[in-house]
Amino acid sequence: MPVNETLSTYSDMAYATSVVVYILAMLLYFAEFSRGRVGAVERNREAALVGGGGGDATSAPVVGHVPAPEKRPFSERLGGMAVAMTLLGAVVHFASLLLRGLATGRVPWGNMYEFGSAICLAAVVAWLVVLYRQTRTARRAATSPQLRGLGGFLMLPVILLLFLSGTVLYAQAAPLIPALQSYWIVIHVAAAIIASGVLLFAGVASLLYLVRCRYENNPLKMTKVGSRLPTSQALDRVAYRATVIIFPVWTFAIVAGAIWAEAAWGRFWGWDPKETCSFIAWVVYAAYLHARATAGWRGVRAAWINILGLAVMIFNLFFINIVVAGLHSYAGL
Amino acid sequence: MRGYLKTTLAFLRNTWRGLTSMRTALVLLFLLALASLPGALIPQRSLNISEVNRYFAEYPTLAPILDKLGAFEVFSSVWFASIYVLLFISLIGCLLPRCFEYYKQWRSKPVRTPRNLSRMPHHEQATLDTSVDEVMAGTRSRLRGWRMVEREEDGGAKSISAERGFLREIGNLVFHFALVGLLLSVAGGKLYGYEGQVIVVADGSEFCNSGTYNYDSFRAGLTVDGTQLSPFCVRVNGFDIDYERNGQVGDYRVDLQYQSGEDLENNTWQPYLLQVNHPLRTAGDRIYLTGNGYAPRFTVTFPDGQQRTDVIQWQPADPMTMLSQGATKFDPPGVLDDAQRRQNQLAITGLFAPTAAFDGAILSSSFPDLLDPAAAVDVMRGDLGLDSGRGQSIFGVDQSMVDQGRLQRVARENLRVGEEIRLDDGTTVRFDGVERWANLQVSHDPFQPWVLLFSVLIIFGISTSLMIKRRRVWVRAAPHPDQDGSGSARTVVEVGGLARTDQAGYGEEFTRLAADLLGTGVDHSPKSRAAAGPARERKS
Ligand code: HEM
Repeated sequence: MPVNETLSTYSDMAYATSVVVYILAMLLYFAEFSRGRVGAVERNREAALVGGGGGDATSAPVVGHVPAPEKRPFSERLGGMAVAMTLLGAVVHFASLLLRGLATGRVPWGNMYEFGSAICLAAVVAWLVVLYRQTRTARRAATSPQLRGLGGFLMLPVILLLFLSGTVLYAQAAPLIPALQSYWIVIHVAAAIIASGVLLFAGVASLLYLVRCRYENNPLKMTKVGSRLPTSQALDRVAYRATVIIFPVWTFAIVAGAIWAEAAWGRFWGWDPKETCSFIAWVVYAAYLHARATAGWRGVRAAWINILGLAVMIFNLFFINIVVAGLHSYAGL
Repeated sequence: MRGYLKTTLAFLRNTWRGLTSMRTALVLLFLLALASLPGALIPQRSLNISEVNRYFAEYPTLAPILDKLGAFEVFSSVWFASIYVLLFISLIGCLLPRCFEYYKQWRSKPVRTPRNLSRMPHHEQATLDTSVDEVMAGTRSRLRGWRMVEREEDGGAKSISAERGFLREIGNLVFHFALVGLLLSVAGGKLYGYEGQVIVVADGSEFCNSGTYNYDSFRAGLTVDGTQLSPFCVRVNGFDIDYERNGQVGDYRVDLQYQSGEDLENNTWQPYLLQVNHPLRTAGDRIYLTGNGYAPRFTVTFPDGQQRTDVIQWQPADPMTMLSQGATKFDPPGVLDDAQRRQNQLAITGLFAPTAAFDGAILSSSFPDLLDPAAAVDVMRGDLGLDSGRGQSIFGVDQSMVDQGRLQRVARENLRVGEEIRLDDGTTVRFDGVERWANLQVSHDPFQPWVLLFSVLIIFGISTSLMIKRRRVWVRAAPHPDQDGSGSARTVVEVGGLARTDQAGYGEEFTRLAADLLGTGVDHSPKSRAAAGPARERKS
C-alpha cells in the first residue's frame, strides 16, 4: 500500500502542534504550582466546611448588601487552563497518530518514532484519566487529594520524549516491513505502549513521592517543591494504583510477544536482549509489588523500586533498540 | 547428642523460615533481575556467536575472565540457575503454608464484630427510624454476594460481619503456582524438545524427519536420542524472496509440500506456502524458514563424453550481498580403480555473486537478489580426500590435500550463466544456472501448550489478585437507648470497614456502602432505600 504523503504531512504538523500545546500546558501547570495552589485550596475547603453543609457560603440568600461572587483564585484558573491544554494537546496528538495510521494504512506504531509518540500519548491519557477520576471523587467526598500539582512534572518527560522522537528518531511514513505484518503487532505492541506510558506516569509519581517524603520528614528540605506537592499519601496511592492496574497489561504484552516470537522466530523465548530487558523490568515491578507487602519496604524503598522499574523500561526502549544488536533492532529508527 | 540434633534442627528451621520469608523473596527477585542484566548487555553465544568473537577481539584481557564467569552464557550458567532455583524453593515454601491458611480462613466464619467499631479505619454511624430487624434485613440484601454471618448481641442488638474478595487470594495463589508450572513446562521443553537445521535446495528436493543424520545440525533435548522424531517429510518446490531497496529481506514465500500421518502411507502430499510469521505446523513439529542462499548448478563433461550435473548449496559469505562461497565436488565417472579415481576427482570452488560487480577481474556482489549472477571459480583436480575418513566441510575442499600437492588448481575463471571452461585434458565445466536453497528449522516442544496455559493463568491470576480487594465490613444495629413512647422504633446503626490488603481504593466503596445502609447521601438502589429508611441524625 502506497503512503499518502498529504496525510503524513498533516500528521507531522499535528505532531509539532501537540508538542507546542503540551509545552504551554506544562508552563501553565508550573505557573499554578509556583503559586502554591495546594495551600490555597485547603484554606478554601476549610472555609467551606465552616460555612456548613459543603454549600457555597455566597449562595445563601442574604438580605441587604450582596457580596460579589468570589472569583476562583487566579492560580486555580491557571490549573484549569493547563488541564484544558493537556486535553487539547492529547486530541491533536491522537490526530497525529491517527493520520499517520491512515497515511500508511497500518497501525501507527511501526518504528521508534511512532512508538515513542504513542507511549507519550498513553502517559498523557493516563494522567487525564487520573484527573477525571479525581474530579469525580472530589465531588463526592471533600477529602480527595489535589493532584494537579503533578501535571508539570509529568509533561516534562513527555515533552522531552516527544522531542527526541520527533527529531533524532524521526522516521518518514513508510509501510511496515513484512516481518512486522501480523495482527500481533496490534496486540503485542499496543499492550507494550499502554503499559510503558502508564508506568512512565507511575514512575514520575513515585519520584515526586520521594521529594514530598523528604519534605514531610523535614520541612526544611525541598521546601519550595515539597510544600506544594500533593501529600505523600496521595502520591503513593496514584503511583501504586497505576502500577497495579498496568502490571497485568505489561505481563500480557510480554506473553503476547512470546506468542508472536513463536510464530516469527521459531521459539517463544530466546533471551534476545529485548526479551531479557522486558523480563528484568517485569521482575523489578514484581519486586515493587512484593515490597508493598513486606514490612519495612512499603514507603520510600518501594518508591525507589518503582523508579528503578521505570529506568529499566527507558533503558529497554532506547539502549536496547538502538545500541544492542538483537532481533528487535529491525523495529527501525 | 540430643542437643546437637536440636541445634541442627533449629538451624534448619531458621534457614527454612529465612528462605521463605517475604524479604528473602524480595532479595532473590532483585538478584534475578541483576543476574539477567549481563544477558542483555554482553553478547551471548547462543544468540550471536560472531558478536562474542568480536568482543573477544576487542577486549582480549577482559573477555576470558568474563568467559570463566559464564557471562557469555548467562542463562545456562550455574549462578543464574541457583538464583531461580532458590527463588522457586522459596516460592513453594511460601505457597504451601499459605494454601492451608487460606483454606482455614475460607472454612471459618467472618470474624465477630469488634466491640468498638469506631476504631476501624472506616466508620460511620446514624440513627434510623426502623427496627433492628428491618435494618438487618436491609443490610442482608445490600450485602448480597458477601460472605456474611449474623450474630445476636447483648441488649437486643444484632450485628452482621461480612467479608468479600476471597478471590484475591485465589488469584494470588493461582499466579504463583502458575509461575511454578511455567518453569516446569519450560524445563520439560528442554528435556523432551529438539531443534534441527537442514538446508534443502528449492528444486523439488525432499527432507524427511526420520533421523538426526538428515540434519545439518541438531540440538537434542536431554532425553532425546534421535530415534523417536515425529515422522513427516517436506519437499521444497520453489522459493520466492523479495528484497527491500536497501538489500534487507522483505518477504518470502517457500512453496512446500509436506506429508505426515496417514499421508506418509498413501504417499500423498499437502501443499503449504511457508511465509514470514506462518510456520508450517505438522505432526507436532513446527517448520520455519531461518535462512536461504544460492546453489549454483555445474555440469562437467568428461573427455569420454559422460556428463555429471550437481547442485549443492553454497554458503553466504556476506549476508548483505549474498556473495557466497562453496565447493561442488565430482567423482570421475566409470573409474573403478580407487587410486586412479583419487587422482581425477574434481572440485569447483570459489565465489558466487547473485548480482555481479567486478573490480577488475575480482568478483563481488552488489545486491542480494538474483539479478546478474556470476561465479568466480577455481577448478581443482586430484584427491579430494573424501575417503580419508576425516569429515570435511561441504562448503570447501580439504586444505591439507592442497598443501600436500595432491589437489591442484587447474583453472581459474569468471563464469556467467551458460559459460564454460575447457580443462587441459578436454574436460569441460559449465555453469548452468542457480537454484535457491532454504534453511529449514524443525522445532519440537511438546510442552509448548503448557507454557501457554500457565502464561494465561499467570495473567488471570495476577489480574484478579491485583484488581480485587479483600475487605470486611461490620454492621451493628442496636435499639436506641431512649425510644420515644410513640411505638415507632429507633435504631442506632454503626458501620465499620477494614481493607485487609493495600487499601488504595476501598474508601470509596465503603462510603457508598455506608451511605446506602445509613440512608445518607445519594442512594442508587431503591431496595436499600426502603430498607434503610430516612436518616434523622448523623454523626461521623
Ligand atoms: C518467581 C518469583 C516470584 C514472582 C515473579 C512473584 C510475583 C508476585 C507478584 C507480581 C505479586 C503481586 C500480586 C499481589 O500483590 O497480590 C506477588 C504477590 C505476593 N507474593 Fe510473590 N512472586 C514470586 C515469589 C514469591 C515468593 C518466593 C514468596 C514468598 C516468600 C511470595 C509471596 C507473595 C505474597 C505473600 C504476595 C501477596 C502480596 C500482597 O498481598 O500484596 N512470592 N508476587
